[in-house]
Parts: sequence; C-alpha cells; structure tokens
Amino acid sequence: MNFPSWTLLGQSLLSGIFIGSLYGLLGLGLSLSWGMLRQINLAHFALAFLGAYLTFQLTSVVGMDPLMTLALILPCFFAFGVLMQWLFSRFAISPFNSLLVTFGITVIIESLIQWLWTADYRRMDSVYADMKFKVGTLYVPIPELFTLLIAILLSLSTWALLRYTDLGRALRASAEDGQIAAAFGVNEKKLALLLSGFSAAFAGVAGLCLALSYTLSPSQIYAWIGVVFAAVMIGGLGNPIGPLVAGIVIGVAEAITMALISPAWAPLVSFSLLIIVLLTRADKI
Amino acid sequence: MKSSLPTSARIAVVGLGLAAVPFFGLPPFYESFLYLIFSAVVLATSWNILSGYSGYFSFGHGAFFGAGMYTTATLAGRLNWPFLWTLPAAGIVAALLGVGVGAVVFRLRRLRGELFALLTLAVTFVLATIVLNTPIDGGQGVSLSAVALPKLLSSPSSTLYILGLAMALLTLWIAYAVYRSKLGTGLFAIHDDEDVAEVMGVPTFRYKLVAFGLSCGLAGMAGGIHAMFISYVTVGETFSIIVPLNVVLMSVLGGTRHWFGPAVGATVITALLYAFTAGDFPVAGRAAVGLILIVVILFMPEGILGRFIPRLEGRKRPKEAPGSPAVAPATLKGGEAKGETLLTITGLSKAFSGLQALDGAALQVRRGEILGLVGPNGSGKSTLINLVSGHYRSDSGSIVFAGQDVAGLPAHRVAQSGIARTYQIPRPFLHLSVLANVALPAMFGAAALDRQAAEREARRWLEFTGLAAKADALPGELNLHQRKFLELARALASRPRLLLLDEVLSGLTPAEIGHAIETIRAIRDLGASIIFVEHVMHAVMELSDRIVVLNHGKVIAEGQPQDVMRRPEVVSVYLGKPHA
Repeated sequence: MNFPSWTLLGQSLLSGIFIGSLYGLLGLGLSLSWGMLRQINLAHFALAFLGAYLTFQLTSVVGMDPLMTLALILPCFFAFGVLMQWLFSRFAISPFNSLLVTFGITVIIESLIQWLWTADYRRMDSVYADMKFKVGTLYVPIPELFTLLIAILLSLSTWALLRYTDLGRALRASAEDGQIAAAFGVNEKKLALLLSGFSAAFAGVAGLCLALSYTLSPSQIYAWIGVVFAAVMIGGLGNPIGPLVAGIVIGVAEAITMALISPAWAPLVSFSLLIIVLLTRADKI
Repeated sequence: MKSSLPTSARIAVVGLGLAAVPFFGLPPFYESFLYLIFSAVVLATSWNILSGYSGYFSFGHGAFFGAGMYTTATLAGRLNWPFLWTLPAAGIVAALLGVGVGAVVFRLRRLRGELFALLTLAVTFVLATIVLNTPIDGGQGVSLSAVALPKLLSSPSSTLYILGLAMALLTLWIAYAVYRSKLGTGLFAIHDDEDVAEVMGVPTFRYKLVAFGLSCGLAGMAGGIHAMFISYVTVGETFSIIVPLNVVLMSVLGGTRHWFGPAVGATVITALLYAFTAGDFPVAGRAAVGLILIVVILFMPEGILGRFIPRLEGRKRPKEAPGSPAVAPATLKGGEAKGETLLTITGLSKAFSGLQALDGAALQVRRGEILGLVGPNGSGKSTLINLVSGHYRSDSGSIVFAGQDVAGLPAHRVAQSGIARTYQIPRPFLHLSVLANVALPAMFGAAALDRQAAEREARRWLEFTGLAAKADALPGELNLHQRKFLELARALASRPRLLLLDEVLSGLTPAEIGHAIETIRAIRDLGASIIFVEHVMHAVMELSDRIVVLNHGKVIAEGQPQDVMRRPEVVSVYLGKPHA
C-alpha cells in the first residue's frame, strides 16, 4: 500500500463529502417515507433517474438552463408522489408490499428510460459542467458543491419544518400513532399525500444533481440502492438530518478506501458499515 | 378427480413422464425451452421455501444462483473438476453464503423483514463487486466451452434437459417435504407472528437459517447447471436485478403459501417472457413483468393457487373430527410434589431506555397454586411475564424454573422447559385454522408431540375451552371472548407446568368473566401452577391462593389475598395516599 500524497488524499476526502451529500439527498425522501409513512419506496431511485434524464433532455434538446428544469419537473413529481400514496392508501398496502409494488414501478420506469433514451451512457453538457475553483491545492467543482449545499439546505429545512411548525408536529404525531393523531383532528391521509409528494419532489432535485455531475444509464438505478439504503438505516428512519450525515460518512470512507486500497473495492465499504451498525445498534434504527 | 396417490408419488410419475420427452426426438429448441422452465421452477420454488413460507422476502436469490454459477465456472472451467462434481460444491457455497447473511440479519427484532429484503438485495451487488475484482472473474467472464458435459443422453441439450428436470423434481420434492414437516409448520407460524411462534417453542432463528440454507443451496445447484447451459458466465448478466425480480414475481403470482404455487407462476412467466423476447420486445417484457407484479399485489395478493386451492379443499373436507369424542385433558402435574417451589425469581431488573420497568423484583411460585400478580398500570406485571417467557432478556437477576436458570435462554427453550403464556390482546396465527393454532404449541412446546398426537391434544383442549365447533375456522371468525379462550387453549396444549395468564379477563362481559373463572379453576384442578395477572379484583380474590403486589417494578406486598389487600401500602397504591 503506497501512501498517497496529501493533495490526493485531500481531493478524495472532498469528493467523498460531495458524493456523500448526494447519498444524503437521495436518502432524505426515502427516509421520510419509510420512517413516517411506513413505505419502502424503491421507486425513489427510478424517479431520481427519470428526473435526471428529463433534465438531460430539457437541457440538451430544448436548451433550457438545468436549474430552470426544476420548475417543470418538481410539480410533476410532486403529483406523482401524491398519486402513488393515494394508490397505496386506497389499496391499504402493507409496508412490505409497498416494497414489491415500488419495485414494479422501478422496473417500469427503467424500461421506459431504456426505451426513450436507450441503454447507452448519457452525459449532460451544461454551462455548469466544467466550472470549478481552486482552494490551495484542491479543486472544488461547482456542480458538486451545489449538490452539497442543496442537500444541507433541504435536510435542515425539513428538520426545522418537522420540529417547529404545526404541520411538522402533526406529521410527527401521525407517524407515531396515526389513529390517535386522527382522533385529535390530524388529517392523516392528507398529510401522507403531502409527504409523499414532497418525497417525490426531493427525488426530482436529486435527479438534477445526478444529471449535473454523473454519467447516466438506466442500469445505474440499481447501483445506488444499496449505498443509499445503508445511509438511511445508519442515519435513522424518519430522521431528516441522519441520511446526510451518514451519507457523508460513507462517502468519505469510500473515498479513502479508493485512495488507499483500490477504487474497485469501494462498494463494499457501505455494506460493511451497515452490517456493523446492524450488529451493534439494531434496536436504535 | 381426487387421486389416491400420495403427492411424492405423483411428483415421481410426472417426472418419469417428462424424462421420456428426449426420446421422442424433439428439436433441441424445445428441450432448451423446457430447460428454461425447469430452471425457473427451481429458482422460484427454492426461493419460496424461506420467503414464501416464512414471509422473509429475499431479493438476493440472483446472488445465490450466481454464486453457484461462478462456483461451477471456477471449478470446472479453471480447475478442471468433472462437471457433475461441481454441482454439490455450487450448492454448498451458495448455502454457506446464505447462512452467513442470515446469521447477521435474522438476529434483528425490528424491521427484520424489510432489512432482510434490502440486505439480500445488497448482497447481489457486493458479490458482483467481489467476483468482478478478484481472479474469480477479473472482468473477462469465464468460459465453460472447454468443459466436458457428461453424456447422460445422446445430445447436450437432452443432457441439460434431464439435469434441469432432475433438479426441478428434487426442489419440488424438498419444498413439499418442508411444507408438510414440522419445519414448514414453524415457518408458517413465523410468517404470521414470529414473536408468538418463538414463545410457543418454535426455534425461529434456527428454522429461518435452515430454510434459507436449503433455499440458497438449491438455487446454487441450479446455478451450476445453468452455467453449463449458457457456457459463458459474466458478472453483468449473472448478478443483474432481473433474476430476483422474476423469482419474486413468479412466486407471488403462483401463490407463496403453497408449495406448488411458485412452479405455476414460473411456468406462466417464463412462457410470457419468452413470447416477448421472441417478438423482439425484451424491454417491453420487463415492463410487463413490473406491471404484472403491481397488479397482482393490488388485486390478488394471495396468488393463483392461493385463490383457487382453498375452494377445492373446501369441497373435499367433511372431516371425521366432530364425531370423535373428546378425551379428558391430560393432567398438567409436573414431577414435583404439591407445595414445592416451582419458580424462584430473585433480583429481577429490566430497564427500557431509562425507564426502570422492573427493579429487583423477587417472588416464588409453588407447585399447584394460583399466584395473583397485581399492581397498577405500569408497575411491571407485563414486563415480568415477558421476562419469564423469555421474550425480553433481563438486565440482572435470576429466574430459576424447576431447578434450571431460564433467564437468558431464548424464548423457545423456555417454552420447551414447560412455561406457557397467554397474551392480553390475543395474538392468534391469523392464517392457520383454530385447530392448527392449538396444535402448534403441542408440537413445539414442552409436550413435543408429533403432528397427529398434537392434533388430538389440540381437539381435547378445544373441547375443554368450548371451541370444538370452531376447530376448522380461521381466528378472524372468532369474537373476543372466543379468541381469549383460544389463547388459553394454545397455552394449555403445550402441557405447561407453569402457566402465565396475562389479563385473560380484560374486555369480557360479566357473564363471560364468570365462565372464564370456572375454566381457570378447572385448569388449576388439573394440577397446573399459574401466575395470574389481572385487574378484575374479584376474580383475583376468588382464584388466587397467594397475591404478590408490584409497584414501580418492586414487590411491595405478598401473602394471603384478604390479608394483602388490606395492608395500608397496598391500599395507598390503588387509592392514593390521604393528604394529612
């Protein structure tokens, strides 16, 4: 094992933080719907990739600014989230069956993406793609920094919303015990629709970040599932800050593994961390 | 319609019929198509042994299938093992992998089903990473074209056909044997309520591991054959998400609660996918599979066989049962003399994240007595029951039952040593008949009877509790009163030496309470020792030989009922302290 230079180590640390923030951003919506709606939404990943492809399409073909695409994508995704939750409550889907149904949705979206954009790799060219600045010897790419800031902003504001507003209190109450909350006048069904809508919109934001910094292909949908679920579980279900913190921890651990051992082994890091967490503090998840 | 042949003989007959197919000189294409169906049948049926029976859905079946493929590819392709010898090795490697994963995730108590699903999904990618980055594959793929296929039949396609058929028959037979065995009964109980199954004596951890090992081992062997079938193994094709998706779908479509359901689903889906691929629409085929999965879960969660088999069985079930006269229930006396100490609890403590539920509690139960355990809500009565029955592990203290320290034993061992409990809110196994609900603890608890004896025993206790007429009903059809008595019958059927009754009277009408008191008295007359947790004070006073009063996790009084309830400290706990 050759010890890499400090610059290389610093640069990988930085990229670990950046990719970790994307884990956290993807995990945020997932954690909320698992922790508060008891719904394991595998389709979240497919939705994020659909968002990324839509951003790609609107930017490359229509010529919109990537950031402006959110104005179109977010309302559509919000509606999709609401519709999905409506379906789940209409058919009284159990948490476990939600996993199966969203697995089905994932496969359909994946097929749709493959049909529309083929299985080839796609990379979005945008004005932001090559923007970066230098701090000391380290390069900071703007799109990645943007992802980090967005992830922090969304996580913190979700946390504040849940903690300090009446809406947040009602949400937490119905997550704790839906029937009791309903007896106290909380409109549980409506809140669930709202939450699911927000969760799907978060997937849209994550999609934008994916499109800004990563090469897209339909099969990539599945590559993120394991790591992000690890971040969600380590961070604690329903906790809006947890996935980001855990995501950054995982991202940094992966980056260090890549720098010190070999890039090829990085995928094992998150699962090792997850297994350690499951073995040592399973009761606290 | 009904054949008199036993099912395993029917499997053999169908198998022999299919084994004759290659001798009709069909084009290889048909043999290959049938091989694909057999392969799917093996995958779906083996998946179902754990996931369908016990409800732990694995999304990693592709990983275990792939582990088998790479085992055969490595051993036969690189190390020149004879092909057939690699198949058991492929099974063992996959089974060990599964047992390793299970040993981690099956210990969890919360969210275990969900975490199992996700972890097994993750295993697929972890394994793919390892295989890709080590010399096992190294990114090149492994070719088996140089491996000699043993000439079992005239052509290679016929040989693979026969191997696939043999594998499918073996898997179906194992799935059927498990379905009918004690293991299967335990797995179905785990599906409905794992905690209760454990408390009734089902060794849940071991059963899940065994089932998972079997499931993965069979998938691994099928993978070994499949490696030879495709003759070139790559990571991208092997560890894709398609295998687990199809397997789950096939099983759910066919019906996961029946041993033959997945085989039906596998046949339908394989034919369907083939039609799409042949028509040059593989992507549409995938989308169709996803769509079918959604529609099936929403509209037919019990699957094809789950929907139609109960109707068929309902028609052919007159049953000899109601006529058979109920034999008087067995005695519940243990070996000890009456009055001897049966259970000694000392210094028992348990805290739940800061809340001290039990704080050094101590009590004794003598043989043949009813010990009333009373105290206000939150005083630690239910925690005590949960500790004695082994559901929770105590922080400190000892629980000595019939000379053996049972504190720290897993709940199923506690049950087998002769302790049974009821739940305040009845927790029957919802998908099992009333009879099966009661027979289960007779099979797994202290009595450890075989299936027939357990059903006879169950009928006795159903008679005893007045539920004989409901033996074939599902628990959902019972009212609360009957469910409470079902709880009693279940606890009694294990022939416990110590019975823990947790508020059996709550929620009953006064007339029903009277009936229940008579029943409990009759149980005592059979020689059982009982800890009787109850809020209905007149029943406690009427039934208890002694009373122990708990408050804030401590024993504050103990003695004769009339005497104890008059003590000032007990009165103040129940009525509050008078202000001076």
